[in-house]
Amino acid sequence: MKKPVLLALVLTAAALAANADDPAPGAASTKTVKLCDNKTTVEVPNDAPKTRAEGQKISDALMAQWKETNPNSTWEQGEIEAHQVVAPEDNSALVGTGQSSTYGVVTQQTVQVWKNETYKTALYGSKVFHSGDELGSEIAVSCDMCHPRAANTHPETYPKFQPQLGRVAMLRDMINWCIEHPVRGKVLAADDPKMRAMEAYILAQRKGTPLDYGKR
Amino acid sequence: MSKIPHIKSVETRYLEERDRLFQGLQNLDRRKFLKVSTGAAAAALAAGASNHFHSFLPVNVAYAAPGAAGPGFTFAYISDSHLYIKKTNERFVRQLLRAVDDVNKLDPQPDFVFYGGDLAQLGRKEELDLGAQILKNIKAPVHMMVGEHDWFFDMGQHWNQLFGPENYSFDHKGVHFVVLMSVHEKDFWTARGMDPAERMHTVAGLDNAMQSAFEVGGPTRDWLKKDLDKVSKSTPIIVFSHSPLYKLYRPWNFWTDDAEDVQSLFKPFDRVTVLHGHTHQVLTNSIGNIQFHGMLSTAWPWPYAPQGLPALTVQMNRPNPFDSNDGLGDGQIIVHPDGMVDMLYNLWNRNPMQVKASYLSSGGKNDKPIVPTLASY
Repeated sequence: MKKPVLLALVLTAAALAANADDPAPGAASTKTVKLCDNKTTVEVPNDAPKTRAEGQKISDALMAQWKETNPNSTWEQGEIEAHQVVAPEDNSALVGTGQSSTYGVVTQQTVQVWKNETYKTALYGSKVFHSGDELGSEIAVSCDMCHPRAANTHPETYPKFQPQLGRVAMLRDMINWCIEHPVRGKVLAADDPKMRAMEAYILAQRKGTPLDYGKR
Repeated sequence: MSKIPHIKSVETRYLEERDRLFQGLQNLDRRKFLKVSTGAAAAALAAGASNHFHSFLPVNVAYAAPGAAGPGFTFAYISDSHLYIKKTNERFVRQLLRAVDDVNKLDPQPDFVFYGGDLAQLGRKEELDLGAQILKNIKAPVHMMVGEHDWFFDMGQHWNQLFGPENYSFDHKGVHFVVLMSVHEKDFWTARGMDPAERMHTVAGLDNAMQSAFEVGGPTRDWLKKDLDKVSKSTPIIVFSHSPLYKLYRPWNFWTDDAEDVQSLFKPFDRVTVLHGHTHQVLTNSIGNIQFHGMLSTAWPWPYAPQGLPALTVQMNRPNPFDSNDGLGDGQIIVHPDGMVDMLYNLWNRNPMQVKASYLSSGGKNDKPIVPTLASY
């Protein structure tokens, strides 16, 4: 599913870039084709045949270059395989419905975007959760050492009065408490992307658990 | 102003009294082995009650059961310290030192101290060396076992150099002890092109699904079979294994893939007890003739697995994250003359917990440990 979309993007970008950089007649016998990141380029001979196979070759060359400069581009797959993060709700049942609603007609693509974006947030949360470096730990401690797959983080019980803090705590207060104390890292702002992602991950792992705020 | 006399806080006095009582019962258990009348045991219990220590679990007074194989004895354990080098993390170092102090303070001293594996966190030479250096402070003899965190950086090379072979057995006062390397994993690293550090890092993540399941493996099972062939079936057996030697929860590798095959080797024996590390919690199980006990960690506690918890397990209280040593500890094992084992969990900053052989052999009817108020979510 992913590859054709990517290929289409690359080819569109290639076409645009090629148009923009059209050489004056009699100039260099190659043209520069740019990837949609606006950075990665390859030189293509002007007389290259305009076939699908040739287009594929150009896009492969661009992607190979891009992958080399972005070695961590598959971290989401790695995170899914290693930590089996719970996937968000599948909303496919809504496909084809919802005309004249806020979202217009819900298409397969709409549902996919909802899912991908949500899942990516949780996956990033999992990455931070499992890495002392991401958490800025001074003692190489990460959250998963006490909470494998976020076990015993019980996000469904917040907010609740936390006697040790002397006030009502939200999940993020406990995340920050753990970062400051057992992990010995730097506390995060409530809207820090890492904090938002970790909340997403912890909640994802308890998908389906009824809310029970205040539970001890 | 008159001089203020030295005043001890309520907590200090409580803890001192608690230590005295606990220690007293321990000593009674050892010195009066086989001689203490049930009356004296009752008196000890009454003393506990009159001191309002309702929650203390007095150490069981050993009894001479028919078919006694030996004199009975105690040994202590420390497990799962997960040391980084000191510069990286001194907290885990301090916690191991606390456990060493604990076992050195025992009076009388245990016959030996058993180390339950995962001395190092990432299997590095420096981590293992540091651990070995700290464990040298233990007064009693020490028996070592390997854990996956000690193994998967150099596949046991440095551990073997420091502590010898990973599988061995010995006899002590009528009991046959077997120490097993039970955390072998099928090769998941070659196909993925992982280097030793990446391999170690993957295994070090408890919830990392890229790794394989723990297993004792064919060669070790063969070794075990040969070792057990020499032992009479009425000899009590105590097995040390880092993984639980049964199947509890695969996603965290609370699991031994060839558990049934290993258990079947122990089937012909009358009394078998397995003590395992890895799970960092009070964990109790009984399968056929085998009783299983988990050991506490000195580094961090694990939560209870969301599925597969053995029915006989009475959970330790949910650790309080605000108390950095809660849910951690070490322990003692009281081996009765008949070879049955009482497990004493010395939970730091909490009352100790005892899981008796009689609790397991009665199928949970007798001597049930105190059930905590805060179980796992």
